[in-house]
Amino acid sequence: MYALVALGFVLIYKASGVFNFAQGSMVFFAALTFVSLLERGWNFWLALAVTLAVMVVLGMLTERIVLRPLINQPPITLLMATIGLTFVLEGLSQLVFGSQPHGLELGIADVPIEWLSEKWNISISQFDLFAALIAGLLVAVLAVLFQKTRIGRALRAVADDHQAALAVGIPLQHIWTIVWAVAGCVALVAGMMWGVRNGVQYALTFTALKALPVLILGGFESIAGAIVGGLIIGASEKLAEVYIGPMVGGGIESWFAYVVALLFLLVRPEGLFGEKHIDRV
Amino acid sequence: MLYREAGQFKSTYGQDQQIFPILQDRVAMIALLLVAFVAVPIFGDQYWLSAIITPFLILSLAALGLNILTGYAGQLSLGTAAFMAVGAFMAYNAMLRIPHIPVLGAFAIGGLSAAAVGIVFGLPSLRIKGLYLAVATLACQFFVLWLINRVGWFSNHSSSGVITAQRMVILGYEFVSPASKYLLTLGVVTAMALAAKNLMRSETGRAFMAVRDMDVAAAVVGIPMMRTKLLAFAISSFYCGVAGALYAFCYLGTVEPEAFVLDLSFRVLFMIIIGGVGSILGSFLGAAFITLFPILLNFVSKGLESALGVEMNHAMVSNTEAIIFGGLIIFFLIVEPNGLARMWQIAKEKLRLWPFPH
Repeated sequence: MYALVALGFVLIYKASGVFNFAQGSMVFFAALTFVSLLERGWNFWLALAVTLAVMVVLGMLTERIVLRPLINQPPITLLMATIGLTFVLEGLSQLVFGSQPHGLELGIADVPIEWLSEKWNISISQFDLFAALIAGLLVAVLAVLFQKTRIGRALRAVADDHQAALAVGIPLQHIWTIVWAVAGCVALVAGMMWGVRNGVQYALTFTALKALPVLILGGFESIAGAIVGGLIIGASEKLAEVYIGPMVGGGIESWFAYVVALLFLLVRPEGLFGEKHIDRV
Repeated sequence: MLYREAGQFKSTYGQDQQIFPILQDRVAMIALLLVAFVAVPIFGDQYWLSAIITPFLILSLAALGLNILTGYAGQLSLGTAAFMAVGAFMAYNAMLRIPHIPVLGAFAIGGLSAAAVGIVFGLPSLRIKGLYLAVATLACQFFVLWLINRVGWFSNHSSSGVITAQRMVILGYEFVSPASKYLLTLGVVTAMALAAKNLMRSETGRAFMAVRDMDVAAAVVGIPMMRTKLLAFAISSFYCGVAGALYAFCYLGTVEPEAFVLDLSFRVLFMIIIGGVGSILGSFLGAAFITLFPILLNFVSKGLESALGVEMNHAMVSNTEAIIFGGLIIFFLIVEPNGLARMWQIAKEKLRLWPFPH
């Protein structure tokens, strides 16, 4: 689940070298749009299509208005810009759709699969399995996109060096538009999954902050890392709450992930699957 | 022609190294301080003093602290509010547990404890930088707030978690009225801003900037990386800690963890972005902008309401505020990545030449 949110981060970071702080609010925005359309009695697929279109347009607008004037600025400036974007998105989505929490139903029940629990005494929620499948599918598609296609190669070139990529004739604008649009779609999927579990509400944006330790564990550049990191963080967080929690008075779920990431950083600063950078003067 | 430097010669090293080498700047600064120390407390009304100017000064101090770390030493931090919380709670505990401690001493203890926490959470900065460091400081933010909430010692086992701050007494004078609280804040902020300005002009400050510009290169020319980075964390956290203590004692009047959530960290970060990263003046300009802007926006929306005759609900106003706020940040980054402080510099350059084009 965390992996899905983290995926959006990795995508944009990998392709544009920008750490997109607004991914969380994009998740929120997408989920809220989708839910509101459903509540107005729209057909499921129609709502999905419209939300996808909205996210693509949003990605394009972001590229045009925010990123294009900031080409070649230091990464920290870009990071700040995405924080600004966070505010805009959060305000906008609540202004348009209201701020009360919504429930979301996808038609897949959040119940343990029966035959599994009977046979081996493990309970895996049907919905969790579905989410894992979706995540796996997304990773596969994205991996193919990055490794095998022209666009993927262009994306990696852009991430390496904006100027060099421009110099060899890669249309930076188009590439960024594509990346942000794709990230928007990933955000929608993540938003739907989280929405079913916890309802679509403002707290979704905090979930996105949890994606940060996931990224650190997995490495910023690696899609597979996002998945593995998501699993580790998700599992260790829950286990810590159950086993260590009672010893110190509970409630450690809120920061445990960060501390895990912090300790991990001390041992391996580039993450599990990240690329090692060598600094040159 | 507002600026005329002709005829002002520097004949000693001392003159060359003044903070304000130009006469007009010195006069303006003194005038500003006079206004702040004398005119504002006399003429300012209660509401403005207690609800706007005092928090502005306190947040300036926090922004200054973050600016030392992020702007000068180049270490991005999202844990500002946590350091402020440490400062506030330790100052409270110092007043509670050490008999006859002077208020400023308690504030200093708050600052020093914050500095200690800062050093601990600054340790990862030796191995990581940039975004990774931001996450590390995020860990600090969540962990510290959890600890304060969880461990009863910090809040003196108060059941609600909200504690009333103690009375502040210096030399038998009690600080109760908004004006006196304002003056206390102003005094602390002025002294610490001056110290920061001088620190940044010293060898330490230059070492910070070398680390910011390229840490590998700085290490190569012999700047001790560990000492410099940890020192930056310590000094910055000290500033934030004192700011936090002031925030609790002079502004809120209560000490509570809810006042120091992540949102505050972001606000302080915005202050230095909008004001200018790596500039003392920028911290103040940014804090002024961020504290005054919502009030202005509120004013405008009230005016619109009465002009159009539409009732705007509270949620709508706050959401619109968020949108405009975020939009402005992006706008600032695009138009002037170096913030208000840089704009001020450009304006000064223009005024020197005005009304001639060259």
